[in-house]
Amino acid sequence: MFASPRVKTMRFLILGIFLLAGVSSAEAVPEIQNWSTPSGGRVLFVPTEGLPMLDLRMVFDAGSARDGREFGIGALTAGMLDSGAGALDADTIAERLDAIGAILSSGATRDSAHVALRTLTDPPKLKEALEVFETVISQPRFETKDFEREKNRVLLGIQQKGEDPGEISEMAFMKALYGEHPYAHPVEGVKETVEKLKASDLARFHKEAYTRGNAILVMVGQVTRPEAEAIAVQVYARLPEGAPKPALEDPAPLSGSETVTTAFPSEQTHVYSGVLGLKANDPDYFALVVGNHILGGSGLVSRIMEEVREKKGLAYSAFSYFLPMRVQGPYQIGLQSKNASAREATEIAVRTLREFVDKGPTDKELDAAKKNIIGGYVLRLDSNAKLIGEVAAIGFLGRPLDWLNRYTAKVEAVTRDDIQRAFKARIDPDRLKTIMVGGIKPAANGGQ
Amino acid sequence: MRVLCLGAALMALPMAVAASEPKVFETRLDNGLKILVQEDHRAPVVVSQVWYKVGASSEYAGVTGVSHMLEHMMFKGTARHPAGEFSRIVAANGGRENAFTSQDYTTYFQMLERSKLPVSLELEADRMRNVRFIEAEYAKEHQVVLEERRLRTDDQPHAKLQEHFDAVAYTNSPYRNPVIGWPDDITNLSLDHVKKWYQLWYAPNNATLVVVGDVRPDDVVREARKQFGGLKPSVLPPPRVEQEVEQLGIRRLTVRLPAKLPHLLMGFKVPSLKTVQDEKEAYALEVAAGILDGGNSARFSKNLVRGQQIAASTGVGYELYARLQTLFMIEGTPSQAQTVDGLEAALMNQVKRLREEPVTEEELQRVKAQVLANHVYQLDSAFFQAMQLGTAETVGLGWKKIGEYEARINEVTAADILAAAKKYLIEDRLTVARLDPLPLPEGAAAPEAPAIGGGHVR
Repeated sequence: MFASPRVKTMRFLILGIFLLAGVSSAEAVPEIQNWSTPSGGRVLFVPTEGLPMLDLRMVFDAGSARDGREFGIGALTAGMLDSGAGALDADTIAERLDAIGAILSSGATRDSAHVALRTLTDPPKLKEALEVFETVISQPRFETKDFEREKNRVLLGIQQKGEDPGEISEMAFMKALYGEHPYAHPVEGVKETVEKLKASDLARFHKEAYTRGNAILVMVGQVTRPEAEAIAVQVYARLPEGAPKPALEDPAPLSGSETVTTAFPSEQTHVYSGVLGLKANDPDYFALVVGNHILGGSGLVSRIMEEVREKKGLAYSAFSYFLPMRVQGPYQIGLQSKNASAREATEIAVRTLREFVDKGPTDKELDAAKKNIIGGYVLRLDSNAKLIGEVAAIGFLGRPLDWLNRYTAKVEAVTRDDIQRAFKARIDPDRLKTIMVGGIKPAANGGQ
Repeated sequence: MRVLCLGAALMALPMAVAASEPKVFETRLDNGLKILVQEDHRAPVVVSQVWYKVGASSEYAGVTGVSHMLEHMMFKGTARHPAGEFSRIVAANGGRENAFTSQDYTTYFQMLERSKLPVSLELEADRMRNVRFIEAEYAKEHQVVLEERRLRTDDQPHAKLQEHFDAVAYTNSPYRNPVIGWPDDITNLSLDHVKKWYQLWYAPNNATLVVVGDVRPDDVVREARKQFGGLKPSVLPPPRVEQEVEQLGIRRLTVRLPAKLPHLLMGFKVPSLKTVQDEKEAYALEVAAGILDGGNSARFSKNLVRGQQIAASTGVGYELYARLQTLFMIEGTPSQAQTVDGLEAALMNQVKRLREEPVTEEELQRVKAQVLANHVYQLDSAFFQAMQLGTAETVGLGWKKIGEYEARINEVTAADILAAAKKYLIEDRLTVARLDPLPLPEGAAAPEAPAIGGGHVR
């Protein structure tokens, strides 16, 4: 990808993960329509007006958490779907979509695999785009020639992560947090497991996981309900029935704290530190997420940013967040600082966490956080692209369908006591797993 | 735009085209502030951006990075709103904010629920003229910017490669310097430099306010006049307009640093829409970028990634809306079995094909279909629409150029592309850079006795 860093430089990094949502005015909150096709395929749909386009996303419980010992098989399966399917080879798939300006993408996370389509709703174009989409999800070929090429590209990508101290640090952090749990390994796998994969392994994985029972279809755009129903029938038509995957096991609780440094020839040391955090329908969800908004989730005005950057100038980016996943996702603090100050910056961040766990937020902080979350909620839903992300998460994580409508009330109801109780119960600063990758000198044995 | 996206060019399309398209309302206050408003009533939100006509390409040797440093200091307080308060006010109003600096502009923005627009305008008007430059704040922010450079450039092999590439490809153009500044320049920048830069460039007659969202132009202009109307204009220095001297032959460089994979960058000196004599040429280059790399069926993906399997990845970038003469960039990482030599030869061969054979009608139609579709997709983002208007206005093209885009792309013929390629995509205009990876030592993970995790507190 051509992302040239000389190009722009910003006041602060925008994290890819925004965990907060709330609702400010009822009119802005869309109603999510929900049904199953006659054959049992689940559908979530939000009609929008004003632009002749449709976003469609099929989500499967087929992410890297379903890799088994074949680390990387889920990501490679998702990545190869458009490299030949049914009667269409890779070139034909690309040509047919590009010719109508449709955009197809696919990929995997730890929890899920997805195939997404963005297309115009002009009838001949919509028809063409849906035909290709349906073929790609249900009839991928996994031909050896295509498979070897894509596998080699994945292997190069894995190799390239080894030149990035941030990537190395994050991989080590997940391993430290999850041990033998299926969230532990990188989504794209590791060299040793990806090298062993065969095309027939992907075909088997696809057959087992890309089924009606293991999928959810989400649509946002300018089509009518009857049109949406017909589209759903079409895209589910050739997927086998299948069943939902069994629930993932919970990760093992962490024992004591641990700090691991890895030498890397970089100017900065990249630090991740954290514990197991939230699962999707966690009873402490709102207390923890609102609390973390104050602690490390609200950019320049968060406590960690204030202490590490605004007061000390020790980092450009410093944050903490909860990543809610099907089972407990990570809670992590992250920062990067020049090698000589990375230890000090980390100590400040951890001390800030400790104080927050001990004393909770002030009334003023809680009030400001609620105003930000609730007052800014419309910004989470102001485009089809954002909407489909929100609705897909609701569908896949099994959240109630009125999630969007009730969000701000739940945020409003959070008290200081809720936050303090939840942080005390869930975040133990004495059990942090801390990974440091860079030119930092390891601490003398025995600590400070 | 100084933003290069892969697939390039085609990621950066405009909005106002036909009569049914969103209309832009334009006015100028007496003090010179340009105001552009575009209504978008799909959601009850508003995007507000203030664009200053100053960026890294305004800077001189020794003070590179001063525009970006100033951007950081713009959050450090005025008499009315002390350091940190700006961000807290935006947050308390449910807003999101940030700012960015490029070669051609410095931009500040907020995204808010529609009724909160006055909050944004009040704060932006205040810091347009009244920033207080405090040494203690600067000392910290200076360190933050040095950390930013380490994060974004020094520890990123591809960013380092790009930085060295620009410094060789350009001879006298200010685009040869990195936006964030050279390390010693950043280190040596004083608060006085930053303050003088602010006094020189930050004035209503050097700025454009762009507002897109669920608003009425009348209301926006009334509120903007109330907030910005009292600000005094400045006597502005003339913008730097020196064009790059003619390149007289291919340039090559090698960047050797610890990395895992080799990488190749190639750039041909080309005009932007702003600098070109005949605009047709610039639009032809834009379509050429799409022919090479606009989607999975484009030539690079089809022939080099899939067909010959020479490249693991490719990219093409052309900044149609650059203020000065720019580069038509091609990049790639060789596939596992390939060398950088092999990749360079294959990429050059694709460029040669552009110079020697007309593109097919089918390829041309594909690019145009993508332009048409992207045009609709981009209306999904109010922020993107505001970016387009602000960029075109700030580089001196005028926002109306954005509205011409689709029609002008549709007029491009195979002959136009052939002519532009013959004229510009030639070896005498080319710079080639290679990233030559040095071995990375495999650092062993070393567990520490509990310390940072807080074990000593137990």
